[in-house]
Formats: sequence, structure tokens, C-alpha cells
Amino acid sequence: MLDHILSILVFFPALAGILGFVVNKNSIRSYGVAVATIEFGLAIWLWFAFDSNVSGMQFMEQIALVPAFGINYIVGVDGVSLFIVILAAFFTMIGIASLGEMKDIKNLIITLLFLQMTMVGVFVALDAIVFYLFWELSLVPMLYIIGAWGGPLRIYASVKFFLYTFAGSLVMLVGMLFMAYFYYQATGEWSFALLDWYRLILPESFQNWLFVAFFFGFAIKVPMFPFHTWLPYAHGQAPTIGSVILAAILLKMGTYAFIRFSLPLFPDASVYFMYPIAVLAIIMIIYTAMVAYAQKDIKQVVAYSSVSHMGVIILGTFALNVEGITGSIFLMIAHGVVSGALFFLVGVIYDRRHTKIMSEFGGLASVMPRYATIFGIMLMASVGLPLTINFIGEFLSLLGFYKQSHILTLLAGTAIIVGAIYMLSAYKKMFFGEVTHEENRNLPDVNKKELLALIPLTIITIWLGVYPKVLLEPINKSVEGIVTLMHEKSITQEAKLRIPNVNKDMGLITKPEREAH
Amino acid sequence: MLAPVNVSIESLNLMTLVPMLIPIIGALLIIIIDLFKSEQDKSLYVMLSLLILGVDFVALVDSAGVFANNGTIMGVFDVMLIDGLAILSQFIIVGASMLFIPLALTHKRFHEFSYPEFFALFLFMIAGFQFMVSTDNLILVFVGLETASLALYTLIAMHNRDKSFEAAIKYFTMGALAAGFFSFGSMVFYALTGSVEINKIAAVLAANNYEDIGFVLIAVVFLLASFGFKLSMVPFHTWTPDVYEGSAAPLAGYMSIVPKIAAFIVAMRLFEFLIHSGVVWLEVILYIGVVMTMTMANVWALVQTDVKRMLAYSSISHAGFVMAAILIGTTQSNSALFLYWILFSFTNLGSFSMLWISRQKNLPAHQQSDHSYDKFSGMVKTAPVAATIMGLFMLSLAGIPPFALFWGKIYMISSAITGGYTVLALIMALNSAIAGYYYLKLIVYMFMKDPLTENNGHVYSSNATLPLRTIIGIAAIGTIFAFIVVNQLLEFVTLFVYNSGY
Repeated sequence: MLDHILSILVFFPALAGILGFVVNKNSIRSYGVAVATIEFGLAIWLWFAFDSNVSGMQFMEQIALVPAFGINYIVGVDGVSLFIVILAAFFTMIGIASLGEMKDIKNLIITLLFLQMTMVGVFVALDAIVFYLFWELSLVPMLYIIGAWGGPLRIYASVKFFLYTFAGSLVMLVGMLFMAYFYYQATGEWSFALLDWYRLILPESFQNWLFVAFFFGFAIKVPMFPFHTWLPYAHGQAPTIGSVILAAILLKMGTYAFIRFSLPLFPDASVYFMYPIAVLAIIMIIYTAMVAYAQKDIKQVVAYSSVSHMGVIILGTFALNVEGITGSIFLMIAHGVVSGALFFLVGVIYDRRHTKIMSEFGGLASVMPRYATIFGIMLMASVGLPLTINFIGEFLSLLGFYKQSHILTLLAGTAIIVGAIYMLSAYKKMFFGEVTHEENRNLPDVNKKELLALIPLTIITIWLGVYPKVLLEPINKSVEGIVTLMHEKSITQEAKLRIPNVNKDMGLITKPEREAH
Repeated sequence: MLAPVNVSIESLNLMTLVPMLIPIIGALLIIIIDLFKSEQDKSLYVMLSLLILGVDFVALVDSAGVFANNGTIMGVFDVMLIDGLAILSQFIIVGASMLFIPLALTHKRFHEFSYPEFFALFLFMIAGFQFMVSTDNLILVFVGLETASLALYTLIAMHNRDKSFEAAIKYFTMGALAAGFFSFGSMVFYALTGSVEINKIAAVLAANNYEDIGFVLIAVVFLLASFGFKLSMVPFHTWTPDVYEGSAAPLAGYMSIVPKIAAFIVAMRLFEFLIHSGVVWLEVILYIGVVMTMTMANVWALVQTDVKRMLAYSSISHAGFVMAAILIGTTQSNSALFLYWILFSFTNLGSFSMLWISRQKNLPAHQQSDHSYDKFSGMVKTAPVAATIMGLFMLSLAGIPPFALFWGKIYMISSAITGGYTVLALIMALNSAIAGYYYLKLIVYMFMKDPLTENNGHVYSSNATLPLRTIIGIAAIGTIFAFIVVNQLLEFVTLFVYNSGY
């Protein structure tokens, strides 16, 4: 069974989703939770079976799909993707478990199960077309979730979300077809297999063009400044579960794809575009942090802070060294946990008051103490307090980029202070002071169902903040493989200098870990 | 005193005519049955037509086998040309017809299907298209084209609505103009080269090194205009939405597939040698035509308020997309054309059939047209299965993987890249993004809006019967599970296209 565990992980939820049509709508919630729990169990099993001493792909499977055109169903997992897969399974599980009362809940749960298939599929696919397939397919369930269960502007938001991403990924598709054509020219055979592509060394000009083509697809998904405008709408209108999955998993597809595709395929172009992208990332960090400060709606604050942190992930990725990339992958997990949890928390208060405007609240700490505590912990984690999960990721990302540029890293560092300002002021507005609105006086505190989602997230936030080694080790191992590949493949002098030779200076990574403890 | 002509029957190779003769004989059979005993139920004619088309299909399988073994076959004084293109396109023509004809078995009674002439004309039309694709003689192309078109005009008019008459007349007028252009273009070619056979024209033109380039230009412009009408290329597309709107939905879907593949084949035979011979301005004209057709049709489709008109513009856009294959003119692009069109015929016939099963005889007061977007709002609440299938067809048309059209789309874009048309590849990709919007619009109406008026979902399948559901089921299965057969299809198509020398 372990030989096919990845395929099972991908297609089990979809199959369960199809069978779910038969389940009565009064029992669908239990069915969804059961399926998602089995899926999560399988994902955990995958983790145990995973050999963290191997840097390459594990549990690979290959089935010919369109061999005449070089398309094969290839899946595999390494340290980079393993934890995101587990995260996806985890969030679907707690997402379904904590679903409140909603209309058409059966459709929603089935849609979530299909969404899970596409999410896991994206992270384990090792064939560009199969990757693209899941990447595009993931838009459809999300479109439906935002469009059918969202707020008043839901249709505009969902269509905007779909078209933005769709347009970007079509450009990426052209890039992929180009890449396959180069492979065909070099070897006489069509192939879309990523591991085959890794062996291809392209001239610098081609690398630059293809990098740009892929960049459009990925940057819109992340979303990087200036392509980020769809995200606040999508978050603002999406139901809680939609925002949670979107922030925790779907956005990670873009940053993951940078590491999986852009860096190893185009090392020279990555170096060439490092500064422009870093500048974009820093604009994204600072600008969205400032925008977040100006928001009146707590969900928008969380949404913009989420974009801001995605900027740090990009910065870490484009540090192009082991520390930076490891940090950015860790931060992907951390950001998933923390911003997912924050969206949950916003959902909790929205369910009670049906408003997200901060001025409607105030003094909630006395009314809902447990809620205020959990919110406080998550907020601190989001700000990047040491001993929480975000700190490790942010620290490593920035450390990595510090080796490339001191000034830019300092700028990004200040943005974290801005992050503290808007988050703390939002917390102050909502939780401290007198209870000003009568309606707020008797709000019930978080209930059991909500705690089911929030307590595990809190535990993870602190556990991985104190002891990140369980994740960092396998991630680090795979990242070393990627950086080595990039160093060997790079052709320009500049790139050879910028991308460190891992085999030479091994062991640097242990230092930040000690500091984290 | 003329010498007696000695021709042996064997050298005529009459077997090449068999696939065309089958529908002709079938059509005559249907008329004869009507002579002996009229007022029969339409189901008799539907099933007879289906059987005849089935036999035709088997005959095609047979000639495909012969082609695979012996290569291209000429016959009947070298007028018939049975090569890979002819066989593949006939497969599409006959296959799509077999999917179309059971759609006549509707729940409601529609005027045209009660006439046996409808089915006879339908079979004559198929024979016409089959002749058109399996020859490189411009005269036979013309005969086939006119046989098929005249039959088609009548089929449209038989729907017996004001709009249908308008559509038929419009189509007829435009078709007549196109026929005029075609014969004029052929005439110029004949004057230049003394032949009406495309390969001889090509040979003569190549031999004299295109010295009469001015006349070649005139001929090509006329032929291009003629095919522009038939393929509804911008700016010759204006008839298309009106004609589609006026015809019955399945016939509109049929028109977006079968006449076009026939025209594509002739265009492929005619224009590819011209492009390959370095007639640069033709490449430029075709390039502009392809880009205009894709983009403008997409933009017009965005603003439609009627689903059927939207689908009409969308099929113009798809035709433009596929026309790119002729511009690129490599084996890969020509194979992509067939792959695309086979997958397209499933999806597009499926979506037009979905409109057909919701056909209303009388419009309710709040509806502007029979298939307005409003009609479909909130469909998922009342008719979830129908809404899901319709959504599926829309996603496939938009090119979302892993549904059918995605595979055609990537192969087509890839062929543009391989052929060196990088900018075209980008334009094609971006057009898919524009197209995404209007397909999405229907999905938004079906899945995200609330129903306008109280209805119990019956309206969406009021016309449905078991045969119609079966056809839609086949189309849906073909759309979803395309990824399983794409490889075989691709290898088969590539082999046939390559062996025909395209």
C-alpha cells in the first residue's frame, strides 16, 4: 500500500466525494469528518514512512498518460512538499469538523473533498502537465465555495479570483510547452517530467523568458504585488472555510511552485531576477502592512497581513541559499497554521455578530476570555514573537536573504515591526477597553466545535515554535539537494557566486536552530 | 469519329465510392419507404438513419484499414482521393452525425422530424460532405459543398419558425455568395494551370516558379473569402450567430462541427501548399484572420445575453483557434486540428444538446429569448445533475484540465510553439483566458444565483427522453474520460496525417 500511498492520498477524497452524493444530508457532516480524518491519518502515516535522510523524491509512482506527447502521471514527495501535504489534509479535516450551520452543507462538504484532491495533487505532481491539471482544477471548487457561500459581492470576487489565476496560469502553460519543446529538441523525445527537465541546462536568454512566463502563473497565485488585488476581495467575500483553505493551502501553491519549478529549472534567471523580485516582495511586505493598518474590517486586516507575510516567504525563496529556502518552506507551514487560525477566529466572531467591522466590537476580552486568549496567541505568532512558529520561518528567511543584501533585509525587518503595530492595534480595538455595544455583552465564548479546530492549531503553533527540528531536518535535506542542483546547473559567474556550493559550507544551518531554542 | 474509351473497371477503383454511396442509398431508401407507406413515426427514420450511418462507419473503418496497409488510394479517374485526411474527417463527419440524429427523438413534437424528407436530406448532406473531403478536385469539392449546403439550408428552414426562415435565407444568400467566390477562384486557378486538381495546380505553379503571382493572389483571395464564409472567419462571420439562433439547437451544434471540418480539410489541402511555397502575404492574411477570429469572436461572446448566441460566438472562436493549425502547417499542427475537433465535437454537441432538452415551445413572459442566461439561474437547486453536466461542458470548452478540450488545446498551442509561432501561442493562450469569462458566466448563473421564478427544474429537461439522455451521457463521458483515450487518438491521428504527407 505504501507504494501507492500518494495516489491514494490524491484520489481518496475525490472518490469519497463522489460517493458522498449518496449520503443523506443529515449525516454528511460526519461522513466528511470521517473521510478527512482517514485522509489525515494516511498523511501522518506518510510522514512516518518518510525517510528524512533522503534528499530526493520518495514514494514515486509513474503511469503513462499520453506517452506520445510525453505526459505521464508521476507523483512523488520530498521534504519540500511532505509537510504541505500534511497541512492540507489537516486543514481540510479541522475545516470540515468545525463547519457551522450553513445552507447546502452537503454540496459544500463534497466540494471541499474535491478541493482536497486538487490540493494534494498539486504538491505531489512531478509532471508539469499533471501539476497544471491539479493547479487549474483547484480553481473550480474554490470558485464554487466563494461564489455560492460568500458575502454580498461573492460573484464578483469569485469570478475575479478565477480569471486572474486562470489568465496567469495560461501564460505559464505556454512556458511549460516551451520547456517541453526544448527538451524535445535536446533529446528527440517529448517529456513533461520535472525530473527530466531538471537535467536540462538552458541558455540564459531562454531561462529569462521562461522564468517570466512561469512567474506570471506563480506570482498571481501567491499573490505578489502588483497582482494581489484579487485576494482581499476573495478573502472578504469568502465564507470562513474558504478563507482558511485559501490562506493556508492555496496560496502556498505559488510559493511552492517557485521552489519546485523556477529555482531548479532556471537558476541563472533566478539570480538575474533576484533583486527585482526581492524589491517586489519588500514592496508587498511594507505596502500591504500599511494597507492592513488602514482597514476597518478585521478580516481584511488578516487578509492583508497574510499577503504581507507571503512577501517574506518570497524573499526567503529568492535568497537562493539553503537557509533562506528552508526558512521559506517552514514559513509556508507556519503561515498556513497561523493565518488559517486567524481566519477561523474571525469566522468565530462573525458567526456570533454577523459583522467583521472592528468598531462594532471592543472589550471582548472580558466577555469571551478563552477566545481572547487564543486570538492573542495567534496574533503574537503572526507578529513573529520568538517561541512561536512564525518566528523560525521569518528568521531563517531573512537570515538567508541577509547574505544576498543587507539593506533589503533591513527594510523587510522593519516591516515586521509595522506588522506588530497593526496587529496589536487591531487587538486593542477589539478586545480591550469597555464593552461599548450592548449586543456584545452576552456573546457566548468559543464552543466545543470551534475549540476542536483552534486548540490543535494553538498547540502546533507553540510546539513547532519551540522545537522546529522535526520539520527543519527533512526540509533542509531536500533543500540542500535543490541548491546543489542549482549550483551545478548555473552557467553564469554571477549565479555560481550567488548560489552557494552546499557541499563546501555544510553545517551552517545548525546555527539558527540553536538560536531558535 | 471518336475512339472508343477503354477503361477497365478495376482501374476505376469503385470501392473508393462506397462510403459516400451508403448514405445516398440510405436516403433513397427512406424516400421509397415513404412512397409505399407514409405517415410513419419519426423513430423509424431515426433508427434507419442511425443504422445507415453505422454501416457507413464500418465502411470507413474498412477503408482506414486499407489506407494503413497500402497508403493513399486514388479512384474514379483519379478524382477520388482517399488519404488519411479524408478518412479522419469522414470519421468525424459520420461520428458526429450519429451523435446528432438521435436528438430528433424529443419529448415534445417538433415539426421537421415528422417529415421523412428531413432524414433523406440529412443523409444526402452527409454524402456531400464526404465527397468534399475525399477529393482534391476543385469541381468535386464544389459539387459536394453545394449538395451539402443546399440540404442544410432546407434542414434549417424545416424547423418552421420565423427565425428559422430568416436563418435559412441568410445562410443561403451568404452560401451562394461563397459558392460564387469559390467557383471564381477555381476558375482563375484553372486558367493559370490548366487543371482543377490541387496537386497538379501546386505542381504547375511550382514549375513556373509562381510567375503569375498576381493572378494567384486573386484566386487565393476569392477562395479565402469563400472558406471564410464557410468557416465563419472574421469578417465573414456575421451570418453565424443569427443562423445558429434560428436553427434548432442540435442542428446549430451540428453546424458548428461537421460543415467546418469539411471546409477545414479543403482549406488544408489548398492553403498549406501555398503557405509552404513561401507566399508570404497569404501567411500574413491568414495570421491576421486567425487572430481576429479568435479574439473578436471572444469579445462578442462576452456581451451576449443568450446562451445559444454565446455558444455560436464561442464556436467561431474555436474555429479560429483551429484555423491556426492550417497557418502553422506542420504534421503536429494538422494532427492537433483533428484531435481538437474530435474532442470539440463531443463537448460542443453535448452543450447544444443541453440547450435542446430545455427547449420551450412558448416563451414565458419574463424571458427575452429561449436560452437567456436568466433561464439557467439557480439551476443547481432545481436540477442538480443537469446543471453539473452543463457546467462540465462549459469547463471543457474553457479548457480546464483534465476535460476533453484541454488536451486539444495544449497540443495545438504546443504545435504553434514547435512551428515557431511563439506570439501566436501566447495569443491563443490569452484568448482561452478571455473565453474563460463567458463560460464562467453561465456557471455563475447556474451555481451561484437564485432561481428567478419558482420552477421545479422540469423546464431544464422538459424535452428529454431516453435517447437524448443517452447522447448527453455519451458526450459527458467523452468529455470527462478523454484523458484515457487521448494517447491512442493522438497516435492514430498522427499516423494518418503523417502518411498522407501533411
